Amino acid sequence: MNRTSSLFSRRAWAVLAACTLAAALLPVLHLAFPDGHPLHVSGYAVGLVGKFMCYALAALALDLVWGYTGILSLGHGLFFALGAYAHGMYLMRAIGRDGSYGSVLPDFMVFLDWKDYPWYWAFTDHFWYCMLLVVLVPGLVAFVFGWFAFRSRIKGVYFSIITQALTYAAMLLFFRNDTGFGGNNGFTDFRRILGQSITAPGTRVALYLATLALLVGALLLCRWIVRSKLGRVLQGVRDAESRLMFIGYDPLAFKLFVWTLSAVLCAVAGALYVPQVGIINPSEMSPANSIEMVVWVAIGGRGTLVGPIVGAFAVNGLKSWFTAAFPDLWLFALGLLFILVTLFMRRGILGTLPAIARFLPGRRPVVATKEEAA
Amino acid sequence: MKPLFKNLLATLSLCLPLLANAALDPALLQPLAGDDPDARVAAVARIAATGGSDARQVLQALLDDALVATPAGQVLIVRDDQAIDAATGKALPVPDGADGVVVNNRLRGAVQAALSGLALLAPARDERLAAVHSLQAQDADPAQAPLLRQALARETDTDIKAQLAQLVARADLESSDPATRLAAVTALADSGDAALRPQLQAMLTEEPDAALRAAAGATLRAIDGRVARNEVIGNLFYGVSLGSVLLLAALGLAITFGLMGIINMAHGELLMIGAYTTYVCQSLFRHYLPGAADWYLVAALPAAFLVAFAVGVVLERSVIRWLYGRPLETLLATWGISLMLMQAVRTVFGAQNVEVANPAWMSGGVTVLGSLVLPYNRIAIIVFAALVVAAVWLVLNRTRLGLFVRAVMQNRRMADCVGVPTGRIDMMTFGLGSGIAGLGGVALSQLGNVGPDLGQSYIVDSFMVVVLGGVGQLAGTVLGALGLGEINKFLEPVAGAVMAKICILVVIIVFIQRRPQGLFALKGRSVE
Repeated sequence: MNRTSSLFSRRAWAVLAACTLAAALLPVLHLAFPDGHPLHVSGYAVGLVGKFMCYALAALALDLVWGYTGILSLGHGLFFALGAYAHGMYLMRAIGRDGSYGSVLPDFMVFLDWKDYPWYWAFTDHFWYCMLLVVLVPGLVAFVFGWFAFRSRIKGVYFSIITQALTYAAMLLFFRNDTGFGGNNGFTDFRRILGQSITAPGTRVALYLATLALLVGALLLCRWIVRSKLGRVLQGVRDAESRLMFIGYDPLAFKLFVWTLSAVLCAVAGALYVPQVGIINPSEMSPANSIEMVVWVAIGGRGTLVGPIVGAFAVNGLKSWFTAAFPDLWLFALGLLFILVTLFMRRGILGTLPAIARFLPGRRPVVATKEEAA
Repeated sequence: MKPLFKNLLATLSLCLPLLANAALDPALLQPLAGDDPDARVAAVARIAATGGSDARQVLQALLDDALVATPAGQVLIVRDDQAIDAATGKALPVPDGADGVVVNNRLRGAVQAALSGLALLAPARDERLAAVHSLQAQDADPAQAPLLRQALARETDTDIKAQLAQLVARADLESSDPATRLAAVTALADSGDAALRPQLQAMLTEEPDAALRAAAGATLRAIDGRVARNEVIGNLFYGVSLGSVLLLAALGLAITFGLMGIINMAHGELLMIGAYTTYVCQSLFRHYLPGAADWYLVAALPAAFLVAFAVGVVLERSVIRWLYGRPLETLLATWGISLMLMQAVRTVFGAQNVEVANPAWMSGGVTVLGSLVLPYNRIAIIVFAALVVAAVWLVLNRTRLGLFVRAVMQNRRMADCVGVPTGRIDMMTFGLGSGIAGLGGVALSQLGNVGPDLGQSYIVDSFMVVVLGGVGQLAGTVLGALGLGEINKFLEPVAGAVMAKICILVVIIVFIQRRPQGLFALKGRSVE
């Protein structure tokens, strides 16, 4: 409780506002100054930060279930990819006849000699319908899966392993050509979104700003949830589920709610990710990708909301630099980082900050918060 | 080639009683060196008709481009700079100006057909069997019937005899005599050869004789029944085989996850280490003991166990021992370990798959019920899995270490109080689980690709087996693995490999709904 309020102290709000402003300033600098100007920000940098914000939104969604409700999902990559595929369907339709075969159908369908769109592609040429799919499909998948899993009280490790199997099964399914989602290659070669060229600087900046707005909005929403009575119940589920049941709460509804909400947020992150990165394929559903999301949360500090965002930026920033500078060493670095964080920084970067602050001069020692249950 | 083959076999059958190992008449060989294609093919037929081993030698030499003709018209077999007179079998110096006998495709076909016909009469059983197999692979031909009958009469081996009888019947199906056809159709009811179906199906519609049609229908049903039975037996076998693979992959995990409560995401990489140890053993044997190269596998077993055991012990002492009782964190830390192990292997051995060969004694298979072949390497893995399970059971139930392992598992504090060195037992248990993973890796190296990603492809399956079987239960793991293997193999023909896998995952998810603790109840450190 102490942590939740201290994290959003006046100072924290100020830092948050400053970060948001700085992030919003990036694309303005990109558009306002020409190439070569010292204040110019490259399109690559804007794209990179936009991508990181999508990851951060996914990490935030994961923190809501893992950090606050104690449910570790190893399958959030599935929801991320489902959101991405739902948006990708619209983007594929928007290519129109500009594909290599000049057909209304996407290239991969022409290649498979399909004559028409399968039924589940109906209406996907409407942007808002696809946006609805982005929310509904992963939401429904999460709800049904969660209902089965939570009802029979699968929890802890078992839940994690089953979610991993779920995303693995989905990956196998999407790798198939006859699933109708482009098989191996997934969706790519997008041209337009809402009639605008997807590569135009203006479109890219708009997507970036939309991502920023949704990330900040989601952060505020999550903060409101975890500080509300609902959030207290969720933390009760995390810390002492059986005691909560004895008091008279039924954890099923609460778990199901937060699980579904988290999946939807993750799907939104995926939907924002596709147009900015320009590709979605089944490898996003590989178990390793979902675990990597968990890494962001753990390294940033779970149960802190802001921590996962910091973690996503830190790990992916590190990854961008490392894979360019020492491509062979990245897995060593990530692996080592992970072992060290689990062994020595159980509460991640943000959870460790107060401990560091204690040693700084001119600060009153902060009362250590109670170690939270794993 | 077809009519030619018929002629050839007809000639052959006529000459059968005259078979003798007499030297070849040079006049028979002469046309081979000539230019007239028809004469050359006819010469091949006449040479084959002599039926002796000399004829086989000459024809084989012709096929191997080892036949030369001197300007004088003498035909010689030249191998390893050593010339032999094809007619008399005497060794000669290689003469100057000798020209190789040119073999075109037509001649090559004639020679091959002649050789497989000759082989039916060969003295060695293996050769005759191979000839039968090669004839089985060809289309049925009524002209073969006389020769096949002759061979059948001479045959002493019951197995070959039965197959020859089938071949005779198959050839007789096209006979012009209805009585012969009827006898053939009836005889074929014993066959399980699905390749006969189109021919019989055609008889059902085209055959004028009603009795024959009925017989063809009965035979067709009998064949279909046999094919279906073979399919079921085959599926059962391949299911057990896949189950054994899953079992070997999951058995180590059943110990580290099941008994110790550690979610070891690096388990797949321990399998990979076992497979790479096998590869290293193979390379060492090839380099230092090329004569015994086929026995590298025997050395690889203890080596893989020890290497994986050592890696496991190091991991347990350095990372995992700090995380007991925090399963989710063991998951995260071991995942970090798995990334590092994978990259380490990539750095040392390269990102490409390495080649691990089956030893010669593991290639081939046992033929059961005609068309069903059970490969030796699959059988070996089933036996191996059974041995490993027996060994693990013995270690856990009949040794002091096993007693301590179970004691620590059931009540750590009490075990500690009565003097069980719990720290060391933890180390040994994790090492044991890892070592078994290493053994699993040896088995996997015999079945598929050995590469840095090997572990990743088994990790989800392994966890499914352990979760399905029930944590901490050896019997559950065995049943879970075999059950998954069987379900998979029976679904595969219906739904395809990928859909079968997806179905299984769905089945497991639903199953866990009903029995959250797996097939067998939960006992162990992770009991809540």
